[in-house]
Amino acid sequence: MTIGILAIQGDYEAHAKMLDRIGVAHRYVRTSDDLNSLDGIILPGGESTTHLKVMTEEGLFEPLRKFGAAGGPVYGTCAGAILLAREVHGPPQASLGLLDASVLRNGYGRQLASDVHVVQTKLREQRIEMVFIRAPIFETVGPKVEVLAEFGGHPILVRQGNILASTFHPELTEDPTIHEYFARMAKDNGIR
Amino acid sequence: MDVMSNNLWRVKVGLAEMLKGGVIMDVTNAEQAKIAEDAGACAVMALERVPSDIRKEGGVARMAAPRIIREIMDTVSIPVMAKVRIGHFAEAQVLQALEVDYIDESEVLTPADDEHHVWKHGYKVPFVCGARNLGEALRRIAEGAAMIRTKGEAGSGNIVEAVRHIRTIVGQMKRLTLLGEEELVHEAKELGAPFELVAWIAKNGKLPVPNFSAGGIATPADAALVMQLGAEAVFVGSGIFKSSDPSVRARAIVKATTHYKDPKAVLEASEELGEAMKGLDIRQMEEKDLLQTRGW
Repeated sequence: MTIGILAIQGDYEAHAKMLDRIGVAHRYVRTSDDLNSLDGIILPGGESTTHLKVMTEEGLFEPLRKFGAAGGPVYGTCAGAILLAREVHGPPQASLGLLDASVLRNGYGRQLASDVHVVQTKLREQRIEMVFIRAPIFETVGPKVEVLAEFGGHPILVRQGNILASTFHPELTEDPTIHEYFARMAKDNGIR
Repeated sequence: MDVMSNNLWRVKVGLAEMLKGGVIMDVTNAEQAKIAEDAGACAVMALERVPSDIRKEGGVARMAAPRIIREIMDTVSIPVMAKVRIGHFAEAQVLQALEVDYIDESEVLTPADDEHHVWKHGYKVPFVCGARNLGEALRRIAEGAAMIRTKGEAGSGNIVEAVRHIRTIVGQMKRLTLLGEEELVHEAKELGAPFELVAWIAKNGKLPVPNFSAGGIATPADAALVMQLGAEAVFVGSGIFKSSDPSVRARAIVKATTHYKDPKAVLEASEELGEAMKGLDIRQMEEKDLLQTRGW
């Protein structure tokens, strides 16, 4: 099993380290050729405007959308969650539209609002440490979206079938739980 | 080190992590900031004059006017950084009150203190600082810088100093990894840096914060060069808005930074670019005109 990590810009190396830690093979994705025979894709943190711009210019946007629409597992963190959402505000921008949710960029404010929280999820009994950096907020999520964790009255970790998204960065912690969960999604998808 | 596990420190370094592989562009007004964002900049640096104009016009270079910075913050959705003079902690307080996303304590502005830098651990807003060598980088990190950028020679359009500084820092770090523990104390003394940080580098072979490159990047190939030498992102100052077609050049440098290991992509980025900024030969410059020697 190989997971691709979109490596236009952002904290893609932190995701690679986390996948190394749980023994999952990975490859950086910068062109549409890099997408061939992947079992899942991670859209990392970074600047969603930059990712969108480069993805579009490099002809990666449509192949990525097709990968997710055809049932390929995709996990987006922060900027990645913005790219996955159906609708983006603050300001509006194009997105892959693979997740039935509307998202507000920099929903908590600027860097001064960045923080670390320890939050209960549905993934396990113990709470999970989460790093929020200029994080977006899910304003609304559709009926098919399962909310796996909430904070301050907003969903922060959600799943819709093959799509997983978090507004925070588990890759900036020492806890691999969420990456293990995504790796299982990708593995189960391969078996099916 | 204790500070590295503290949550404030983690979100400061965390934002720098998000900027990796990207291009941070100098802008002097909201219109330029919009051009930078549309071209794919991962952040903008607000300043009064770009370095090449500071060089040309002379006078004291200070923090940009809050009105301009606020207009830039209102115009773009990407992080906005702004510069303060070295040691000018009151300018830093003003920028924190303004809620900029990152503060650059920069040698490009006229220093306000010829011995001390700002005590950056005392701020909630993260700081980036310039460095020419490992000792300077570690002193800045000890003061609380959450990102280092090699200084290069700002406003020169000449990559030679940026290359010298990144090679120096990477080389000094490599060397530390080969030394025995008893040698590290002496090395800390030579570098003028805290032993704990020196020992950390010896063990990990890299800085404990992201290491970006600045000062002289003018072409897509310049960006690919410093990235291949070990920079994790690039700052472009005069190189964009002093070129003949800023929007095209900005896009080209973003593309080359993403695909820095792919010569075909860097070639594509390098075609049909128009004129680069003119640039200066560092050897023809007088010592007093160098910006990189500011900072202690």
